[in-house]
Amino acid sequence: MSDPRNTAPLSVIIGALGAIRSAVLPAIAIAFSGIGGEGRYLVAIGVGVAATVIGVAISYANWRRLTYTISETDIRVESGVLSRAARSVPFERIQDVSLEAKPLPRLLGLVSVKFETGAGGADDLALEYLTKGEGEALRQLVRERREDEAAAASAADPALPARPAAEDEGDVLFAMGPGRLLTFGLFEFSLAVFAVLGGVLQYVDNVTSVDIWDVDLWYGWLKEQGSTVATLGPYAQALGAVAGLVGLLVVGSATGVVRTFLRDWGFTLTRSARGFRRQRGLFTRTDVVMPVHRVQGLVIGTGLLRYRFGWRSLSFVSLAQDAESESHVVAPFAQMDEIAPIVRAAGFRLPGDATAWRRASTRHRSDKAVLDSAFFLAATIPVAIFAPPGLFLIPLGLAVLAVGANLYAWEFRRHAIDDRQVYASHGFLSPTQSIATRLKLHSVEIRQGPLARLRGYATVHLGLAGGSFAMHGVPIAEARALRAAVMETITATDFSRLDAPAANPAPDQAFSSAQPGFSENFLAT
Amino acid sequence: MDQTPVPVPADEDGALTKLHPNYSHALRVRATLTAIPFLVGALVLEGAFRGEGLFPSGVIAGPVLLIALALIIRIPQTRYNARGYQMGADRLRVVRGLLFRSDTVVPFGRVQHIDVHQGPLDRFFGIATLTLHTAGNHNASVALPGLGEELARAMREDIRAHIRRETQ
Repeated sequence: MSDPRNTAPLSVIIGALGAIRSAVLPAIAIAFSGIGGEGRYLVAIGVGVAATVIGVAISYANWRRLTYTISETDIRVESGVLSRAARSVPFERIQDVSLEAKPLPRLLGLVSVKFETGAGGADDLALEYLTKGEGEALRQLVRERREDEAAAASAADPALPARPAAEDEGDVLFAMGPGRLLTFGLFEFSLAVFAVLGGVLQYVDNVTSVDIWDVDLWYGWLKEQGSTVATLGPYAQALGAVAGLVGLLVVGSATGVVRTFLRDWGFTLTRSARGFRRQRGLFTRTDVVMPVHRVQGLVIGTGLLRYRFGWRSLSFVSLAQDAESESHVVAPFAQMDEIAPIVRAAGFRLPGDATAWRRASTRHRSDKAVLDSAFFLAATIPVAIFAPPGLFLIPLGLAVLAVGANLYAWEFRRHAIDDRQVYASHGFLSPTQSIATRLKLHSVEIRQGPLARLRGYATVHLGLAGGSFAMHGVPIAEARALRAAVMETITATDFSRLDAPAANPAPDQAFSSAQPGFSENFLAT
Repeated sequence: MDQTPVPVPADEDGALTKLHPNYSHALRVRATLTAIPFLVGALVLEGAFRGEGLFPSGVIAGPVLLIALALIIRIPQTRYNARGYQMGADRLRVVRGLLFRSDTVVPFGRVQHIDVHQGPLDRFFGIATLTLHTAGNHNASVALPGLGEELARAMREDIRAHIRRETQ
C-alpha cells in the first residue's frame, strides 16, 4: 500500500476529451473567420488536430507524473511534469473525504476523491480520477487510519459504540423520494430560466444581425401583436393576461422542479460508524462524509411560503466547505419531526419548551422600523412635489410596508442560551434558526453603533468555526451576562481538547434529561 | 457541568488598560500622511481654477485643510481614548471604535497563533500590534495595536505560556 500509485488510466481519456473540447472552439473560429482565405479549413483542421495532440500528450504526461502514496500516517501526492510538487496530508487533519462523479467520469466509472482539510477550497487535496471501487476503498482506508489514530479515544467514547470499521451502510436518517422532490421543486419556484433566455438572446444578438436592443423592433412587434389582441375584445385581453401569468407560474415551477431533480435526485443521508454520509445528484452524483464531531453548529432555514406549510431545511456548519455554500445541507426539505432525529444524531438539541427564548429589545425594533422607513418617507416629499398627483402614495405605501415588515420581523428575532448551547433566530417573513455549542465558540464580541449605544442594545457576534453566529438587538446588560456565561464555558476547555470525548458528552444521556433553560452560571451573573 | 471555576472572576466593566501614549502620536502621523495627497489634490484644483474667476480662491483648499487639521489634531486623541484592553488570567478583552463600538473577548484557550507586528512607523515610536488568531470565521483575527514593544512581546509570552499549560 505504501508504493507510489497512479490514478486510473481512464482519466487520460477525460483529460483528452477536455483538450479536444477546448481545441474545437478555436478551430471553428478560424474556419469561420477570414484568416487564411481559401485554405482556412485546412488551417482550422490543422490547429484542431495539433491542439488535440498536444492536449492528449499533456494529459498523458500529467497522468504519468501524478502519483499518490498512502503511508502509515499520511497521504502524499506528487505531481507536475516540469516542476514537481509534493503535498502531504496527515490522516488526522483530513476532515471529510468526498467522492464526486460528474456525468462524463461517471459514464467511465470514475470518481474524483477530495480530501477536505479545512484549509479551504483550492488548498484541498484532490485525486482525479480513481475508479469507483478504488475511491471507496481509499475512503474506507482513511477512515480506518483515523480510527486507529483515535483508537484510545473512541474506546472510551460512549457516544460511539465500537462498531466494526468496515461497516459501510448505516441507518438511513433522511431520504427524499420523487414525490417529496416534486413538492420541494414547486417551492423552489425560479425565474432563472428567463435570465438564461436573456443570455441566449444576447448571444443571438452577437452572432446574427438581429439587434435585440433595438427598441423599434420590439415596439413594432408588440404593436403588431397588440393590434391583434385589441381586436379580440376586453374579455379575451383579460384572459390573455391571466394565461400569461399562468404560463409564468408554470415555467417558474417547472424550472424549480427540474433543478431540484438534477441536484437532489436520490437524496439519502445515512448515519454510519464515523459520521454522516450524504449522497445526491442525478447526473453529477456527490457522496460526502461528515464526521460527527466536526459539526460546529446547525442552521434551520425556511422560506416565506414553505414556512407556512411547515417545511424547513437543515444544514451543518463545519470547517469543510460544501460546493458553493458555507455549510452542508443535510435535509433540504423536511418537516420538523424529520429534522429532530438528525439533530439528535449530530449531538445537538433542538430548542424546546424549556428553552427560555429572549426577544430582541423593543427599542431595537422601533429604531429599525424608523430607519428602514425613513428612506421611503424621504422619497415621498420630492415625489409629492414633482410627480403627478397620487404617485406619492407609492413611496408612502412602501414606508408603511417597511414598518409592518420590521414589526413582524421582531417576532422572529430571538435568542436563548442554556447549559450547553446558544440559539438565535432571525428572519424577515420566516425564521432562520441557528444553534451552536457553547463549548465550540471561539470569541465573543459585543458591537454597538451610535444609535445602539444611545438606546442600550447591542449585537453579539460569536466566533464559530466555518460559519457565523450573531444575536441582534440584545439589551446591553443581557449581552454582557451572556458573554460572561459563554466565556466561562469556553475557558474551561482548551481548544486542543475540544474533540476529546470528555468535551463531547454522550448525546443520549444529555437528551434524556430535561435541562432547565438557563444554567446556574447564567442565573448567577 | 464539569467546569473548573474561573480563578479571577472576569470583571466585565473593570477599568480598561490604556494603550501606549505613543500610539496617539503614531495615529497623528498616519493621519498626516493620509491627508497630504488630498491637500495636494485640493491645491492643484485650486491652481487649475485660478484663472477662471468662477469662485474666490480658497474655496476648495480651505475646507480640505480644515478637515485635515481636525483629523490630525482632534481625532487621534479621541480614538486613543476610545481604545483599551484588559488582560485577564485566561482571556483578552479588546475595546475599540469611536462611533461603532466593538468589545471583543478572546479566550486564550481558543487562540490558534499569535502575531506581533511592527511597521516602520511603529518601530519609530516603539510600539507594536498584537494579533490573536482564532478558528472562528467572525473575529478570525483580533488585533490590538499600540502596545509598547516590550509589553506586546511579554503578553505574547504570557498567552503562549497559558496555551502550553492547558495542552499539557
